[in-house]
Amino acid sequence: MGGDKAVLTGVHFMSGDIACAEGAIAAGCRFFAGYPITPATEIAEHMAARMPEVGGIYIQMEDEIASIAAVIGASYAGLKAMTATSGPGFSLMQENIGLAVMTEAPCVIVDVMRGGPSTGQPTLPGQQDVMQVKWGSHGDYEIIALAPSSVQEMFDFTVEAFNLAETYRVPTFVMADEIVAHMWERVVIPPPENIRIVNRKKPSVSRDDYMPFMPDDDLVPPMACFGEGYRFHATGLTHDERGYPRTQDSEVQTRLVQRLCDKIRKNADKIVRVEEVMLDDADVVVVAYGIVARSALSAVRRAREQGVKAGLLRLITLWPFPGKHVAKAAEKAKAIIVPEMNCGQIVREVERAAKTTPAYHVPKLGENPHTPMEIFAAIRRHG
Amino acid sequence: MAGAFEHPFAVYLRAAMIPHIWCSGCGNGVILNAFIHALDELRMDLDKFVVVSGIGCIGRTAGYTNVDSFHTTHGRAIPFATGVKLAKPELEVVVISGDGDLFAIGGNHFIHAARRNIGIKVICANNFNYGMTGGQVGPTTPLEALTTTTPYGNVEHPFNLVHLATASGATYVARWTTLHVRMLTMSIKKLLQRKGFSFIEVVSPCPEIYGRRNNMRTGLEMMEWFRKASVIANFSDPAKAEITPEKIVVGEFVDIEKPTYEQLLYGKIAKIVKKE
Repeated sequence: MGGDKAVLTGVHFMSGDIACAEGAIAAGCRFFAGYPITPATEIAEHMAARMPEVGGIYIQMEDEIASIAAVIGASYAGLKAMTATSGPGFSLMQENIGLAVMTEAPCVIVDVMRGGPSTGQPTLPGQQDVMQVKWGSHGDYEIIALAPSSVQEMFDFTVEAFNLAETYRVPTFVMADEIVAHMWERVVIPPPENIRIVNRKKPSVSRDDYMPFMPDDDLVPPMACFGEGYRFHATGLTHDERGYPRTQDSEVQTRLVQRLCDKIRKNADKIVRVEEVMLDDADVVVVAYGIVARSALSAVRRAREQGVKAGLLRLITLWPFPGKHVAKAAEKAKAIIVPEMNCGQIVREVERAAKTTPAYHVPKLGENPHTPMEIFAAIRRHG
Repeated sequence: MAGAFEHPFAVYLRAAMIPHIWCSGCGNGVILNAFIHALDELRMDLDKFVVVSGIGCIGRTAGYTNVDSFHTTHGRAIPFATGVKLAKPELEVVVISGDGDLFAIGGNHFIHAARRNIGIKVICANNFNYGMTGGQVGPTTPLEALTTTTPYGNVEHPFNLVHLATASGATYVARWTTLHVRMLTMSIKKLLQRKGFSFIEVVSPCPEIYGRRNNMRTGLEMMEWFRKASVIANFSDPAKAEITPEKIVVGEFVDIEKPTYEQLLYGKIAKIVKKE
């Protein structure tokens, strides 16, 4: 439904929240459940207007717990589904994010990060949820998280998030921040034939032979949906390949949880994306992501102008963490600078990957991201 | 399982999931039995049927019924079912869960689903306590009842579920006990044939966990309470139907029609798509 209305091919002037919503629709999202929260509300508002035009569903649920539950339900009924929120709502979603992981429900969750903890700074940017997205739900698991730096990337990465979610049957996150969400920039939306779309693998066996959690070689099980005649069961309990609960069986638990982790870990080289700028001879490497990466790029260029061999490693994929790229950049570098809008989160992963090369965190809290001068000063200090 | 002696209802159950986890004297089997009878009598299309449960003893029902089924996190069966129903409104979506799951941790979802009149069907096994975790006080535990977390007697007023459902906007509301098997089956058939948000409370014995602390040590004693206390009064005022030791008003309380959420929503979508 709504084919020609689904992809607004052309050049636009948009906010990041709107671009995110358009990216979702272009990717085939036809179900949005959410709850209003600054600074993600405009995604819901735009979805409320646009979803009916493409024959899709918008529902405002009673809270974020219900929103993510409805998204998982819609995903199991066969639709590409999304929700969008910010810190407090993201916290409420954590339990059912674990359910989406455990039942391998493809879905996209947008977290427009603001200043926390708690209600914090609703209208101001932050990067304080980048560990919560990895570790926020209980139990052991892997997810995929992308960090857009521009309004264009709010479109592009939301499309990519759906493709990754469908490929790996895993909740996939767009970790935006208040600035990329509310900023207005030029966005180019390509014609539909130039947008790569991935749909989940369907089972090729009959009902009697179908096992909903029996993986293929890529560790991802083909997915039947409700109403297709497979009559299958799914549960948040530890389950075997049939989907039946096996809560007392340590072998089943090991096999399941290890596979849920391995399907991301063993495919990490295919999933991970970074942007490398002037890293070949870099003595000082700035590792940054999201809106901060734009200041970092400016700082690196200024340093080069002044004869300092600086380079930028921009993390596009936050999770799985691009450890190999960090390790490679660290080999020749004297120092790594990690500016983040938090008190030190991704820097821990950088330190693990960089081994002996020291990593210096540059925190920033409050209203604005780091200025290029602040990052430049850190390059000079440690370079 | 195939063969001359296959049970006529075998098609409705996942044999590999049996034996079930329920205690002797539990009412959950009666509820599942009535549910399957209703499915069978209505000749429901099992390929277009989804059972969703939350957490708790009765929550295992989703796994036992041989249809598309999903066992959610605690309290979240209704919002999950909401997503399913909106994505594929042609599916019959039934939530079978317990009083703690639906009305404590999931209470907010229940009232909003009823308010929207989304066409999902909810069957609640009310056993007056949290059975699976060993018998703690819940939102329907009677005043003064003894549970593991009210060792001196319950001082919380319980919900009157049929009143709550009616006030929240449910279009079909009934209450039965597991003693009323035929009425319950008839009522589930009606529930499955209604369009809007429909609700049945089934008062269910939990002798092993609840009853034995409250002078009803066996399933029989609990059923005896239901027999003595039950009064069938169809379309009586749900506000006056609080469950007390002396009186359990059972019957149908509401059976009305109003546009469902999915009818209104898909109606809007059809108009907007056409205009485009």
